[in-house]
Amino acid sequence: MTDMLLKDPYNIVITGIGGQGNVLASRLLSNMLVKRGFKVTIGETFGMSQRGGSVMSHIRVSAKSVWSPQIPKGGADLVVALEPIEAIRVLAAYGNPAVRTLVNVRAIYPVGVITGEDEYPSEEKIREAVAALSAQAEFIPATDEAVRLGNPILGNIVMIGAVAGLGVLPIDAELFESVIREGMAAARVEPNLRAFAIGRAAVARK
Amino acid sequence: MPLDRKQREGDEVLLMGNEAIARGALEAGIRVAVAYPGTPSSEIIETLSRFAETGKLYVEWSSNEKVALEVAAAGSFAGLRSLCVMKQNGVNVASDFLLHLGGSGTRAGLVLVSCDDPGALSSVNEGESRHFARLMEIPLLEPADFTEAKEIARWAFELSEAIHNVVMVRSVTRMSHASGNVVLGALPDRPVKAAFVCDGPVSDPDTGPVISTPVVAKHRLQQEKLRRAASLFEESPFNRYEGPESPELLIVTSSACLLYSREAVTILNAQNRVGILKLGTTFPLPQELIARHLRTADKILIVEEVLPFLEEQIKILVAERAGELGIKTFFGKNDSAIPMVGELNPDLVAAAVGRILKIDPPTVPAEYAEKVRELSAIAPKREQTFCPGCPHRASFWGIREALMRDGRNGFVCGDIGCYAMASLFPATGYHISRTMHSMGSATGLASGFGKFKPFGMEQPAIAVCGDSTFYHAAIPALINAVHQNSEMVFIVLDNGGTAMTGFQSHPGLDVNAMGEKVPLVDIAALCASMGVPVSTGDPFDLAGTRETLNRLMEEPGVKVLILKQACALAPEKKGKKKYKVSVDEALCRGDACGCNRICTRIFRCPGLLWNRKKKKAEVDEVICAGCGFCAKICPAGAIRCEEAAKP
Ligand code: SF4
Ligand code: SF4
Repeated sequence: MTDMLLKDPYNIVITGIGGQGNVLASRLLSNMLVKRGFKVTIGETFGMSQRGGSVMSHIRVSAKSVWSPQIPKGGADLVVALEPIEAIRVLAAYGNPAVRTLVNVRAIYPVGVITGEDEYPSEEKIREAVAALSAQAEFIPATDEAVRLGNPILGNIVMIGAVAGLGVLPIDAELFESVIREGMAAARVEPNLRAFAIGRAAVARK
Repeated sequence: MPLDRKQREGDEVLLMGNEAIARGALEAGIRVAVAYPGTPSSEIIETLSRFAETGKLYVEWSSNEKVALEVAAAGSFAGLRSLCVMKQNGVNVASDFLLHLGGSGTRAGLVLVSCDDPGALSSVNEGESRHFARLMEIPLLEPADFTEAKEIARWAFELSEAIHNVVMVRSVTRMSHASGNVVLGALPDRPVKAAFVCDGPVSDPDTGPVISTPVVAKHRLQQEKLRRAASLFEESPFNRYEGPESPELLIVTSSACLLYSREAVTILNAQNRVGILKLGTTFPLPQELIARHLRTADKILIVEEVLPFLEEQIKILVAERAGELGIKTFFGKNDSAIPMVGELNPDLVAAAVGRILKIDPPTVPAEYAEKVRELSAIAPKREQTFCPGCPHRASFWGIREALMRDGRNGFVCGDIGCYAMASLFPATGYHISRTMHSMGSATGLASGFGKFKPFGMEQPAIAVCGDSTFYHAAIPALINAVHQNSEMVFIVLDNGGTAMTGFQSHPGLDVNAMGEKVPLVDIAALCASMGVPVSTGDPFDLAGTRETLNRLMEEPGVKVLILKQACALAPEKKGKKKYKVSVDEALCRGDACGCNRICTRIFRCPGLLWNRKKKKAEVDEVICAGCGFCAKICPAGAIRCEEAAKP
C-alpha cells in the first residue's frame, strides 16, 4: 500500500437511494483519506431528504488542494453504486473509458417500476451495460451479505470494504477501524468490521 | 466524524460547510444561536445544539425566521454575540425586522447566515438572499471553501462589532452541504454577564434606546457604517487573486463559484491566460481593489449564482471610472455566457470560458459517448415520493376520496413540507394540491377562495399545513379566515415534528433545542380558542377521514381538521412494523377486472410492487413499513394485515 494517488485529484462517486447510508459511506471513506493526510472535498446531493430519490456524493481526493464539490462530466475515476441502475445513471454522466465501477447488485425499484409504468432491466443487461462503460466492473451482493450479518443497512460498509479490496486507494481494515471507533457506539463496531472484511474479500479474491 | 466536543484546537477534520460555519461561530465565542430549520441551513444549529449548555450557549429553534432574528438581536442588545440562521426565503420572512434592525444598529456581534439554494435542490424557489444585503444596507460576506466558511463566520462577529451593525453571511447548498478539511481553532472561554444598557441619551446608539429613529440621522449613520466596512474590505484576506499579471480574461467570482471557475480553467489548461479575482466581501464592494484588477484585463467574466449581483455592481463601478479603466467587454448573466437560472458547475463555467477564449473543452471519446447513449436508456427514472408508511399518503388519499364524493370539483391549497409532494405526479391520485407558495400561504389562499361564492365560485377549498408550518405562518392567515367568516376546511397534517428537515423541535412539542422540558402550544386548543369547530382524526383511519371531511365540507365558515399520525421516519417508529402485510394472490384481480391496479398505479406506496409476470401485486417486505393502510384501499380485499409479532 502506498500513500500516493493514481491521479490527483482522484474522483469518486458514491451513488444510491435515500436511506441506503450513502452519506455515511462517503464520510467514512473520506475520513480515512483525511487520516492519510489528503485534502478531501465531498459534494453531496441529498436535496429534499430525497424521499425515494437518488442520492449522490462526489468525493475529490487530492494531495494538494480543495476541488469543486461537483466532479466535471466524464471525470469519475471510481464509481461505487449502492443500487445497480444508479451505476448506469452515474456512468452516463461521469463515466469514461478508464473508470472502475463497483455495483451492489440488490435492486431498489423506482416508483415508476413499482407501478408497472417502467420496466427494471434484468441483472444481465445491467451487468453488460456497466461492463461496457467501465475499464473494470465488480458486482457485489452487498445487501445480501449485510442481511446475513443481520442488518441490510450494512450494505454500504460492505461496499466500502470492496473499495479497499480494489487496491486503488491507500485504505485498509486498520484505518477503517480507527475511523469507526471514533464515531460509532462500541456495539456497532464489530458488525461494521465484519461487513468491511466481507466486501474487501469479495473484490480482492479475484 | 461530525464536529463534537472531543476535537481539539489544531485538529484537521473533515467538516461540512455548515459545520464549519458553526465552528467559526463557536470560535467567535457566540452565546446565542437561533434559527428556523430549512434545507440547506439546518445543520448549523443542529451542530451547535451539541455544544449547548445553560449559561454558556443558548440554542433555539424559533417558530419562524423573523422571530429567530428578533431573539438573536435581543442577544446582541444584551451584550451576547449572537448568530441567526435561515434558508434563503427565510430572509424574506425576517426582512421587515431586518430593515429596522439595520437602521437601529446592534451592540455585541450579530451575524445573520443565509443558505441559498441555487438550482432549488431542496426548495420551491431560487430566491437570492444577497440582494437583501444591498436592500437593507448591511455588509455581506461569502465564503468560497470550508476553511474560509469557518474563518468568515468567526470574523463576521468582529466586523459586526466594529461597525455596530448586523452582518450577513451567505452560503449556498454546494458549500453548506459539501465537506472539506478544516483545521480547528481555539474556543474562547470569556465569562459573560448579559445586560441591556438602555438608559443613555436617545442620540447615543451605544447606551440609549435601540431604535431606527430619528430615521434620516440613523440612516446616514448606517451608510457611514457601510463605508467603514468597505474600507476594511479593501485589505481583507477573503479577497484574493490567482493567475498571471495581465490575464487575457479576468474572472470575478465568489462562493462555490470560485471552485467551479478554478476547475474550469484547469480543465481548459488555460492557467496562463485566465486570472481569477475571488471576492469574499461582496457588499459593499472593495472598489479600489477591484479597480486595480480590472485595469489588468479587457475581458471580464463574472461567475455567480443566481442573479447578476456582482455583475451589476461591477458594471456601475466601471461606468463611474470609465476614464481611468477604459472600455471593457463583459461576459456574465446579461449576455447569457453564464445561465441566469439554475446552479452552476465546472462544466458550465468551462463552456463559458472556452467560448470566450475559443478553446474546446475536452469531452469523453465519441465512441464512449455513443455507448452511453445506447446503454443508459435502460435505466428507468427515479421519482421522489412519500416514504413507505407515510401518514401524508394516507391523508391525501382520504382527502382525495372525500373530494371525489363531494363532486364539486374541490381542490387542495398545498404548503411547504414533505406534503408538498402532493402537488407532484400529475398522473396519480395525489395530484390534488393545486397551489404551492410560501410557508403558510395555503391558508391565506383558501381564506380568499372561501369568500368567492357571491361571484359564483362553487368549488370547496381545502388548505393543508404541517404542524411546524402551522406555528410558522399559518396562524395569522387562519385568524383572518375566521374573522372574515371565509368558507374553508383547514387541515393540519400533524406528524409530530419538522420531518422534512430532520425532526427539529417546534412549539407543539414539550422539549426544546436545549433539551429542556417546556410548555407546548396545543394546535387543537389554539384553533378552538378562535371559536371554530375542531375535529381530530388519524389519517390511517380512511373511512373516518373521508366521512369527517365530507361532513365538514357541507358546513359553513372555517372548519379545522387535525390529522395526527407520526412520520414514518420518526425515531419512535423506525424499524417497527405494526402489521405484517401480504397480498392474497387468489383475490388480487390485477388488470383483469375493475380495480385497474389502484394499489400500485394510483396509491403508489413503494412497499407495493406490481409483478409483471404474475400480473399480481405483491408486498416488498424490506421496504414496507407495515402501516396497513393499503389493505383499506384494495377493492377486492386482497391485501392482508396481521398484527406483527412484538420484537
Ligand atoms: S419523512 Fe415522514 S412525512 Fe416526510 S415523506 Fe417520509 S414519512 Fe412522510
Ligand atoms: S402496509 Fe401497505 S401502505 Fe403501508 S407501507 Fe406497507 S405497502 Fe405501504
